[in-house]
Amino acid sequence: MADEELRHYIQLSPKPTRFEPTSKAVNVFYDEVRKQIFTVKANGSGGVTVKGPDESTSTSFIMEDKGQVISIKFSPDLKILAIQRSQRSVEFVNFFKKEDLVEYSQICKGKTHKIIGFNWTNKNEVVFVTDHGLELYQVLPEKKTLKSVKNISLNINWFVFMADSFLLITSSTPFGNVLTPFQFRMGTIFKLPKFDVDLPGIPKQALTKPCLLERDVTIANIYGILYVVVLQHQPRGPISKGAEIVLYQLQKESPAKKTDILKLNMTGRFAVNVLDNLVVVHHQASKTSMIFDIKLTAGSLGAVNQHEPVLAPLPIRPVKLKVSGIPTAQGLEMREIKVELYSPNWAVFQPNIVIDAKLGCLWTVHLKLEALVAMIPDKVRLIDFLLYRRDSKKVILSVIQSALAPGQQMNLETIARIFDKFNQVCKSHLDYEQQSNVQAVEGATRPMPVFFNGGRILIQQPDLYTHVLSPCAENKDIPYKFIVAVLVEYIRSLNQYQIPVQHFLYELVINTLVHHNCFYQLHQFLQYHVLSDSKPIACLLLSLESCYPPAHQLALDMLKRVSTANEEIVEVLLSKNQLLAALRFLRSVGGADNASARKFLEAAQNVGEPMLFYTVFKFFEQRNLRLRGNPQFMSGEHCEKYVKHFESLFGFDALGQVS
Amino acid sequence: MMTTQAPGVVLHNFYIYNPTYGPKEGQEHKKVLFFYPPSVNLDHQIRTIGLSEAVVQFADEFSPSKPCESVHTQKTRQIYLNPEPDFWIVMTIQIPATFKTEDGKTVAEYHEEDVQDIVYQAVLEQAYTMFKFFMGSFVDIINKFSVEELKNRLSHFFSKYLSTLRLNQSDILDIQNGIQFLPLDKNTYLRIQCFINLVEASFQQIKYTAFLYNDQLVWSGLEQDDMRTLYKYLTTSLFPSLLDTEESSSKGTHGSSHFGKFVKGPKDVKDTNSFIQIPSIYIHSATKTDVYHLVVYRALSATVCLMVDGGAVPSRDWFHKIDSFLGPQLSRLASDIAEQYANRKLSGGSQDYKFVYFNHMNLAQKTTVHSKKTAAVTISPEILRLIADINADFSKWDEDGEALMRTWTDWWVVGKKSDQREFYVAINQKNANLIEINEEVKKMCASHFTNIFFLD
Repeated sequence: MADEELRHYIQLSPKPTRFEPTSKAVNVFYDEVRKQIFTVKANGSGGVTVKGPDESTSTSFIMEDKGQVISIKFSPDLKILAIQRSQRSVEFVNFFKKEDLVEYSQICKGKTHKIIGFNWTNKNEVVFVTDHGLELYQVLPEKKTLKSVKNISLNINWFVFMADSFLLITSSTPFGNVLTPFQFRMGTIFKLPKFDVDLPGIPKQALTKPCLLERDVTIANIYGILYVVVLQHQPRGPISKGAEIVLYQLQKESPAKKTDILKLNMTGRFAVNVLDNLVVVHHQASKTSMIFDIKLTAGSLGAVNQHEPVLAPLPIRPVKLKVSGIPTAQGLEMREIKVELYSPNWAVFQPNIVIDAKLGCLWTVHLKLEALVAMIPDKVRLIDFLLYRRDSKKVILSVIQSALAPGQQMNLETIARIFDKFNQVCKSHLDYEQQSNVQAVEGATRPMPVFFNGGRILIQQPDLYTHVLSPCAENKDIPYKFIVAVLVEYIRSLNQYQIPVQHFLYELVINTLVHHNCFYQLHQFLQYHVLSDSKPIACLLLSLESCYPPAHQLALDMLKRVSTANEEIVEVLLSKNQLLAALRFLRSVGGADNASARKFLEAAQNVGEPMLFYTVFKFFEQRNLRLRGNPQFMSGEHCEKYVKHFESLFGFDALGQVS
Repeated sequence: MMTTQAPGVVLHNFYIYNPTYGPKEGQEHKKVLFFYPPSVNLDHQIRTIGLSEAVVQFADEFSPSKPCESVHTQKTRQIYLNPEPDFWIVMTIQIPATFKTEDGKTVAEYHEEDVQDIVYQAVLEQAYTMFKFFMGSFVDIINKFSVEELKNRLSHFFSKYLSTLRLNQSDILDIQNGIQFLPLDKNTYLRIQCFINLVEASFQQIKYTAFLYNDQLVWSGLEQDDMRTLYKYLTTSLFPSLLDTEESSSKGTHGSSHFGKFVKGPKDVKDTNSFIQIPSIYIHSATKTDVYHLVVYRALSATVCLMVDGGAVPSRDWFHKIDSFLGPQLSRLASDIAEQYANRKLSGGSQDYKFVYFNHMNLAQKTTVHSKKTAAVTISPEILRLIADINADFSKWDEDGEALMRTWTDWWVVGKKSDQREFYVAINQKNANLIEINEEVKKMCASHFTNIFFLD
């Protein structure tokens, strides 16, 4: 079973959206924009069932049979339904009032024009794509009419639409290989520069009909950048085998740029999904899928990056489906059937939808990150790959966890490179934060873009500490030497990327070394300031004095450097009965004025050496004299007890007198 | 009147004996384990040792808890060390003298104060520690082998070691017996750390590693006291011997692209016929003694000491792997350090004072009294002796303290002790008074010791 699990890295959602399968009387439509599946029975008179990702986007209703439905889509706010039944017009129904199901219609312009399709581009805005151009309308539901907003003339073969960024791409010219992107924003259409798609390997004389087909073109958002993804079936020249996918990066001011080529190394029918910034390509003939990551280092051919699949093609993980079978006394008996993967009935939608209309199932496609871990033996490459995935934190931590586990330890060099990868991301994150702080001060607030650190997962010190380093340090089966080496490697990497090291890491280093009596090593680390100064570390060192006396000196030095720890230094000296040293230190930092005389006198009395007591007492008398012109202690200082003690030792006359 | 200065401090003899080995008459020669100079006949050796035995016993009557440390005579000074039960090492030094010819008669004037017990006790202690480090303790050798083997090892070791002793130049540095550390920024230090970790992880036979740059220590995997001994060996014996033989900055084994080569290890990794001879070292802990092979590898000015598991001597193949692993990386590290080092050297500049600093806690030592290049002293021996005297006073005293002294020659010598740190400065300032000097030193401390807790 476990082995079986490791043979797939793509899987379908375990609970597909079920709908009535297509048949003579049942038509099924999918709207990529609202992610809704429409089941239309008897052209609506038998009922229309709408299933979206959740309850609020699901509904059902009945409509009059006015002929075959070609396309059916809700407006973005689900308040208006648009139905296309003819090549010339689209009908609209207001859905915000249940009773009011009266349709109103819009006919496209030009008597000979045909509507290829339509799309909602805003709440009350719809675009018709005809073979002669684009027609943008505003829907006025209260008046039950539409108002023409803008028209663009252009011969169009077909089009693709991307919901998330309201981007529409049309195909023109007889061969279909001139693509024009349009973007819909704020009630208007922005036309972007058109571009040609190469049609290599097709002889000139064969160019008689459209060679670039709708099913071979999709729009994808990969790492925050819009690409037109073009499947090219024809091999490029005699040497290269198999089809390719070409990515055209959309530009604002200039034609889209060909940036990446994904080598499929196979021929036949393909379908493309985009998933977590990966291009997933399903191949029907071999019943396998493969993934491409354009961020992973690639070979390049001129300005174009060439990519091989991240892994060898493997089939999607098999799924089973419960279907109603033979009727029994208890009702319909449910039985499980194996779903036919890569079925000819599959339709693939963006970004990650697979629909089997014959089965009546809609799945979302997912990546099995855990399975991938074992498949990429080069751990640095694996981490590279994982850092770019959305929910990979847990998996990444488990990779590094097992890298340190007894028996399967990776070598330090690899671990070092992985730490560098983590910290590279952290560094760009820190830089960004700093930058935005500066901007915030200047008053310019900007939302944090999703892809500010290249879309990579942040693995920070607390993550590694809690899930990896601290548990490893407690694991007695891992040699402490290795733990320390890993910790030092991590600290080195943090320093190299100028990321401040958090003190719990230092504590872990110190505790690990102390547990194994490696005091001298610890001493050397401190000597070279590998463990940065802080009050908590200094206090930790003080606590080590009983087992390693030099820790006392290290702690004092550190407190001195911290420079805000004068009080602590005095406390440390007092605790060791080094009263004179404490007084000298106070004097050197000018802290005598505010010092508590009582504390010193109490300590001096406890030592039990009259001369020491005398010295301390006189020190404070002189301070009083300097501050107030009078050697006596103020009543608030609660020193009466010690004045008496002084008198009993040296007599009343020895007390300082007001001159 | 004519005055001749005798050669300074000269070793008169050096011997090791165990009084329990020949308790009966006629067997006294068994007590002798080692005697220098070897030219002395056995009879004389036995008599010399007999005298020492008597001195030790006599002193024991008065001070049973603390055995005899030294014997002062007009012409000689004897230093005693009892490193292991019943074993005694004695070193006799000739007191330097000046000879005056007065009225045709030669009168010798002995300068007893030139020979300081505290200095030569340290020298003797060091001699024993070094033996123990490279040969094992007396008792261990006897238990494992025989008294005969101990005699062989003593003779093998000390006949060479004594010739390298430079008693004339022994001073405060021998007392402190410290280690000079390389000042290095954190990132480079961490790189070295990670390099060492990688070496130890890649070659499991390596138990400990030490890293030095020139004569300065960067990292020690050995415990402090063992490192102290190894450091002493490297800086006073091994490294100086390299200077003579080494063509500096030559490439490693011929044809290789890096600068690395073995200093202790095979001369030429590729020469399969040469015999690999490397020293063993003995690391003593409370419960056991571990033996390791000492492999020393060097690229440019960087040296790595590898303490290798003490079984069979590693194979030639192993050395070959070490060479190709260490060579390129160590060469790169060494040149990076050199770059940093060059930048650092520019700051500093001349000083009108000389100092010696020592921290008992990490054995860190710094000196401007001794010139690095020539190992020669930059101040007069008289002042150096004064420093040693102040040090002797400090060592008798637990508390912090300071001492200010002035010499005939208008030098001021100031010693300060704060917690475990000692600081000695020699200032040559004409007509300066005590208060001025005190202020001067205070300023010095304030500027030099901002990073440490040093009370002035």
